[in-house]
Amino acid sequence: MDIASLVFSSLYQFGDAFAFLVLSACGLAVIFGMMGVINLAHGEFIMCGAYVTVASAHAGLPLPLAIAAGTIVSALVGVLVELVVIRHLYERPLDTIVATWGLSLIATQGTLIALGSSMQGVGTPFGSFQVGNYSYSVYRLVLFASALAVLGGLYALFNWTRFGVIARATIQVPQMAAALGVDTRLIYSLTFACGAGLAGLAGGLYAPTMTLVPTMGATFIMEAFVTVVVGGADVFLGTAPAGAVLAVVKSAMTSWQGQLFGQIGLLVAVIFVIRILPKGLSGFLLRERT
Amino acid sequence: MTRKVLRGLHAAALTGTLVLSSGSAFAADPIKLGVLEDQSGDFAVATIGKVHAIQLAAEEINKAGGIMGRPLELVTYDTQSDNTRYQEFMRRVLQRDKVDVVFAGFSSASREAYRPIVDQFNGFAFYNNQYEGGVCDGHMIVTGAVPEQQFSTLIPYMMEKYGKKVYTLAADYNFGQISAEWVRNIVKDNGGTMAGEEFIPLGVSQFSQSIQNIQKAKPDFVVTLLVGTAQASYYEQAAAANVNLPMASSVNVGQGYEHKRFKPPSLKDMFVTTNYIEEIDTPTGKAFLAKFKAKFPSEPYVNQEAENSYLAVYLYKQMVERAKSTSRDEIRKVIALGDVCMDAPEGKVCIDPKSQHMSHTIYLAKVGADHSISFPKTWEDIKPYWLGEAGCDLTKKDPTAQYTPSNPPPKP
Repeated sequence: MDIASLVFSSLYQFGDAFAFLVLSACGLAVIFGMMGVINLAHGEFIMCGAYVTVASAHAGLPLPLAIAAGTIVSALVGVLVELVVIRHLYERPLDTIVATWGLSLIATQGTLIALGSSMQGVGTPFGSFQVGNYSYSVYRLVLFASALAVLGGLYALFNWTRFGVIARATIQVPQMAAALGVDTRLIYSLTFACGAGLAGLAGGLYAPTMTLVPTMGATFIMEAFVTVVVGGADVFLGTAPAGAVLAVVKSAMTSWQGQLFGQIGLLVAVIFVIRILPKGLSGFLLRERT
Repeated sequence: MTRKVLRGLHAAALTGTLVLSSGSAFAADPIKLGVLEDQSGDFAVATIGKVHAIQLAAEEINKAGGIMGRPLELVTYDTQSDNTRYQEFMRRVLQRDKVDVVFAGFSSASREAYRPIVDQFNGFAFYNNQYEGGVCDGHMIVTGAVPEQQFSTLIPYMMEKYGKKVYTLAADYNFGQISAEWVRNIVKDNGGTMAGEEFIPLGVSQFSQSIQNIQKAKPDFVVTLLVGTAQASYYEQAAAANVNLPMASSVNVGQGYEHKRFKPPSLKDMFVTTNYIEEIDTPTGKAFLAKFKAKFPSEPYVNQEAENSYLAVYLYKQMVERAKSTSRDEIRKVIALGDVCMDAPEGKVCIDPKSQHMSHTIYLAKVGADHSISFPKTWEDIKPYWLGEAGCDLTKKDPTAQYTPSNPPPKP
């Protein structure tokens, strides 16, 4: 085997792990990392995005539009959940664990009862390509590109737009923002919807590659929380480096000893990071600036 | 509500049950059948049909006059794909509901979780599921297929057809590990080599690296022993990466109907040995499917475990009627005669007295590029011989243990 194909395969595996970590985590980074709501229903927002995407695709919508539909529906569900449940619990972060866990159980079982135990998939688009001895799925590169685009979009949203500045101000010192005339309830609502929509986007993007069942959100949740905990409070400066570090650990360990060691490596890496950097990677990166 | 009121209600509820039970004693007492199956959680896809099959059989039996004139009553709990729920509900059906027999379990992890409880409370349980084999326990009857039925047929067929380099991708728990051991031994006995093995933790859904490991090892075919809905994502991802290797399995299609859930051609060239799936085109098989669909029109698929569960109810009926008792000891005396057989939807099946496992007709199902099923080969009356040959004989001794090829029963 020549060096070039070995390098490409390592990069591909890194990109694949990176995309999965970043896309599963970015919605949670907004809701948990930034807003401090421990959202155990994160997986169910992902499931919602995936189900809406596949249902729209079955109804005849082209896949990119179907994914957009999944994202929007998840965001709207996010608005509703924020309005009914989360809004009343911002002062009680520990209670959000119980409330969102309850929501997650209701969503999983409700989907099972309403839509049955599984749904037919749509198939992965774009086919495959060959490098050296290995063949790869093109769609996996699309996922990697989407992860980069989402990270770029989040950076732009929270740093360059008026909404982003107001959202960060509201979450840091809500009373001051309110005194300056910001409708903090609306901002909280929109930020939560943004997180839910990102979760829906992750579900929509992964829907063609996965089995569609009511419990599918659970397969994202471990990676999502691990990435956000390692990343810390800043959405961009946390999720991007955390995704990169963990993807290296995971893909290296998995190629060396298999999936089990990949998972062990991921969890050991988390223990190290939060032991040494309690505020996560973004806390470390931002220390010089404050 | 005050504590006093609560206590009053509790007492009322108690007397209510007393009145009810004494009332029903005048009619024929029902025979109680506990049903512990996963109706939610990761395994629900494959197991909701088992509950429906038991309901169907019970309804038919009750319409035809019950068992010895006694109606069959189901006591059903949802075990939620959770091993601790199995233990909790197994204690409940045996101690509180006092059922005569329990039909329980999908995953081998959950069976091994509840089996000690059945032994402890001297219960009687049917495990209506294919599994990795080796349970030698007089409290259990196994109606599902075992490796000597599924792998001794499948693996030599695949090696002859595609080649002798084999790669195993298995779920990382007792089922996957022991089944992989069986595959390893059979491949070796037939002069083949293992190109590689990987064990995947339950719940893993991303397979890029595993796909690459398989491509690196260049096997002639892949044995997929993946369990649960998360792991089923492998097929879609392998197809997208154009792995294009034939696959062999004892669990796919026959349990999780992956060929219906995924878009073709992701399961192309998947070979499965199963004792029943709804595509099997025999008169008895089709008649069973028609009855099933008439009662449950929205059932997505009738799989082998549904058939195992259905035939198990009739088997239990036959044994109780012949023993003239629901007592396990009396029933085992009937089993020891060695002629407990019935005509099931798959064909004729019999219970082996030594291991209390079942003989089966094994169908080789092949998934085509359009996900249609064909049956290149059928093996009739394949016996669950391994336990008996290895030294398990429940008619003489009940060790209540599970054995594997590397840990066989102790020689007398």
